Amino acid sequence: MSATSATGARPRVGFRVPTKWVTISLFLLPALALYLLFVLVPVIQAAHYSLYKWNGLQPLDNFVGLRNYATALGSDTFRTAVSNNFLIIVLSLTLQIPFSLSLAVLLNRRFRGRTVFRVIFFLPYVLSEAITGVVFSLLLRPGALIDSGFSSLGLGGLIQDWLGDPGFVMITLFVIISWKYFGFHMILLLAGLQGIPREIEEAALIDGAGRWQAFRHITLPLLGPTLRVSVFLSMIGALQLFDMIWVMTKGGPLGASNTMAIAMFKAGFTNQQMGYGSALAVILFLFALVLALAYQRFVLQRDVEGAVTAFNG
Amino acid sequence: MKLIPTRFLAGAAILALVASACSSTAASPTPAPAATPAPAVTPAPAVATPTPTPKAVTIEWWHITTGEPGKSIFQGIADAYVAAHPNVKINITVLENEAFKTKLATTMQSGTSPDLFQSWGGGIMQAQADAGMLQDITAAVAPWADTVNKGAMSIYGLTDKSGVFHQYGVPWDMGMIGVWYNKALFTKAGISAPPATWDDFLADVSKLKAAGIVPLAIAGKDMWPSMHLWTYLLLRIGGGDALRTMISSGNWNTDACTAAGDQVVKLNALNPYQPGYKSATYDNEAAAVGNAQAAMEVMGQWAPGTEANDATNKKGIGADLGWFPFPTVAGGKGAATDGVGGGNGIAVGKNAPPEAIDFLKFFSSVYNATKLNASSPATALSPVIGTESAVTDANLQLVLAGRGKATFMQLYLDQATSPAMGTAINEATVALFEGASTPAKVCAAITTAAAAQ
Repeated sequence: MSATSATGARPRVGFRVPTKWVTISLFLLPALALYLLFVLVPVIQAAHYSLYKWNGLQPLDNFVGLRNYATALGSDTFRTAVSNNFLIIVLSLTLQIPFSLSLAVLLNRRFRGRTVFRVIFFLPYVLSEAITGVVFSLLLRPGALIDSGFSSLGLGGLIQDWLGDPGFVMITLFVIISWKYFGFHMILLLAGLQGIPREIEEAALIDGAGRWQAFRHITLPLLGPTLRVSVFLSMIGALQLFDMIWVMTKGGPLGASNTMAIAMFKAGFTNQQMGYGSALAVILFLFALVLALAYQRFVLQRDVEGAVTAFNG
Repeated sequence: MKLIPTRFLAGAAILALVASACSSTAASPTPAPAATPAPAVTPAPAVATPTPTPKAVTIEWWHITTGEPGKSIFQGIADAYVAAHPNVKINITVLENEAFKTKLATTMQSGTSPDLFQSWGGGIMQAQADAGMLQDITAAVAPWADTVNKGAMSIYGLTDKSGVFHQYGVPWDMGMIGVWYNKALFTKAGISAPPATWDDFLADVSKLKAAGIVPLAIAGKDMWPSMHLWTYLLLRIGGGDALRTMISSGNWNTDACTAAGDQVVKLNALNPYQPGYKSATYDNEAAAVGNAQAAMEVMGQWAPGTEANDATNKKGIGADLGWFPFPTVAGGKGAATDGVGGGNGIAVGKNAPPEAIDFLKFFSSVYNATKLNASSPATALSPVIGTESAVTDANLQLVLAGRGKATFMQLYLDQATSPAMGTAINEATVALFEGASTPAKVCAAITTAAAAQ
C-alpha cells in the first residue's frame, strides 16, 4: 500500500483501527496484568534473587554473581535430583505410556463391562497427590498390607524396605506415580483412538493386513498427535514432580529421592537460603523451557502449526 | 504425570507441606493438650498501672498454641491484663505452626514484625536480630529476669561479636531431652534399673534384643530424633565447652565428634532399631513406643503426649512409661547433669510498646505461669521459678528435676544453628545411624556446611 492511497483512506482507517485496538487491549488488559504480576515478574525476581546470598530477611546486599549456580551444579544432592527427574522421564516413556497405550487399545474393543474398567483405571488420577502419598506410606510400612500381600503369595523373599532403601526408593516411587497417572494417559489415548474411523482399519484388514500390521501402520500413525501430547505432558509432569514424593519421603532416605522441585523447596523454605533456592528454581525453569520449546519445535510442530514456534505461519 | 504451571508449584508445595504437617504432631515441642483447664492455685497478683495518664496502646501477639487448654489459658491471661489496663488492647492471632513460620517470614520481609510472637531462639532468632526485627529488652527485663530459670532465659537472647548479651524474648516452656523407656519391657528383659552409663545402656540394648524386644525407636525420615542421641554422645564425651566451641568456630573435625560417631557405630552393630526405621516419621517412632513395640526413645518433654496420641489405643503405655537422663560415657568430659533441651518462648518485635514487655512480666508471674504447668496434661513446663510443684505427672517431674540440676544446657542443635546448618547436621547424622556414613565423614560434612554459611 502506497503512502498516497493510505492518506486518501485516512478518514475510514483512522476511525476503524483505534476502535479495534482499543477493544483488543481492553479485553487483554486484565489477563495481561495478572500474567505480568504473577508470572513474569516473579520469574524475573527469582532470577534477580538467584545472584545474591540471601536468607529472605536481611537486606538484599550480598551479591555473589553466579556462585549459587556453581554450588548447585557442583552439589551431589542436586545432581542426584536432576538424574532422578530424568530417570522418571525415561521410565515413564518406556514403561508407563506403552502400558497405557495397550490398555487403551484393549478398552477400545467392544465388550461387556468396558465402561466399568475405564472408570476403575481412571480412578487413581482423581485422588490428590498428597492423599495418594499418605495412603501408600501406610500401605508400604514394614509388615503392612503390601508386605503381607507378598508373604501370603509366597513371595516373602521379594519384600524390600520399599521407602527406606536408597537403592530401591525411586523404583517404588515410579510404580506409585505410574499407578496414579496411567489412567489419565489411557483416557487421553482412548479419546484419540475413538477419533480414528473404524473403516480405515477395516479396509486394511480386507486388503490382507494382519492385526499387528494394521495397528502398526494404521492406528499408531493416526494416533500420533495424541501420543505426542501424552508424551509431552508426561515429561513436563516428571520435571515438576514434588507433592507425592514430599509427602512420602521428603526426598529421603539420605537424599536418594530428591527431585529438582524438592531441592528447590528445601533450600528456600526449610533452609532459608532464598538466593540459592531461587537459583535452583531458575535451573528448573530453564530445563522445562528448553524441553518444552525443543519438543514443540521438533516434535509437535505438525500438530500445532502456527503456535508458539512458527512465527511465519 | 500431571501438568502444573511452574508458578503454582510453590503454592502446591506449601499446601502439601501443610497437609503433611497436619497429619503429624512432628517437631512441635508443645505437649499435647487435654480438655480440662486447671483451677487457679494462688491468688492473682496486683497489677501495677505503669503511668497515671495512659494513652491507648495496641499489642499484636502471634502465637501457635492452637490446642486447648493452652489457647484458652493464653487468652485468659491477656484478658486479665487488659482488664487491669483499660488503655491496652491485645490483638491475638493464633496460627498453626507452619502457617506461622510462613506468615512471619513474609511479614518481616516487608519490614515489620508483630509486637510479641512465638520463638524458639537459636539460628532463626539470630537471622531476625540481624535483620533488625527484634527489640533489645535486656534492661527492661533486668528487674525480674532472675525469677525465671537462667538457662531458659539465655536461649532467648544472643551474644554479639563484642561479647555482649542481648535479651530478645522470654521463655514460657523449657524442657530437657532424656530417654523415655517402657518399665514392663525392661523387667521382661531382666533389667532391674535404668542404665547410668553408656556401657550399661549398650548391655541393656543387648538384653532387650535377646528377649525379642526392639530396644530403640528412631525416625529416619524426620532425621532429628537420632540427631539428639548423637548430640548427647558428643556432649557427654567432649563436654559443653567443646560443643559450644564447635558451634561457634564451625570446626567439627574434632576427636570428640569422631568419638561420638564411634559410639553410634557400636550401637548400630547391635541392630537396635525398629523395623522400617529408615523411612519412619517421628509419629511412627512415638507409635512404636506407645504401642509397646519398642522399649526406648530419646526424646523431649512432649513424648508422653505424642506417644499417647499416636498409639493405637490413644492412651500409650501409661504407668509403664519411665524417664532417665542420658547415660554418661566412660572417660568423657561432660557431666551427667549436662543437658540438651529447648522449648517455647515469646520474642519482642522491634516496635513493640513498653506495655508489651510489661505484659510479658505479667505473663511470667508465678500466678499465671502456674496455669500452664497445672493443666492436664501440662501445656508447658514453665521455667518460672516456683511453678515446678504444679506439675503433677511423675515423669514430667523427673524432666523438671533434670532441668533444675542442669549444669549446662544446649539448645537442640538443629535450632541453635542456622536452618541450613541444622539440615546439614540432621542429614549427616542420620546417614551414620543408617550405616551409610562414617564418624569422620559426619564431622567433615558438618564442617563443610559451616564453612558455606
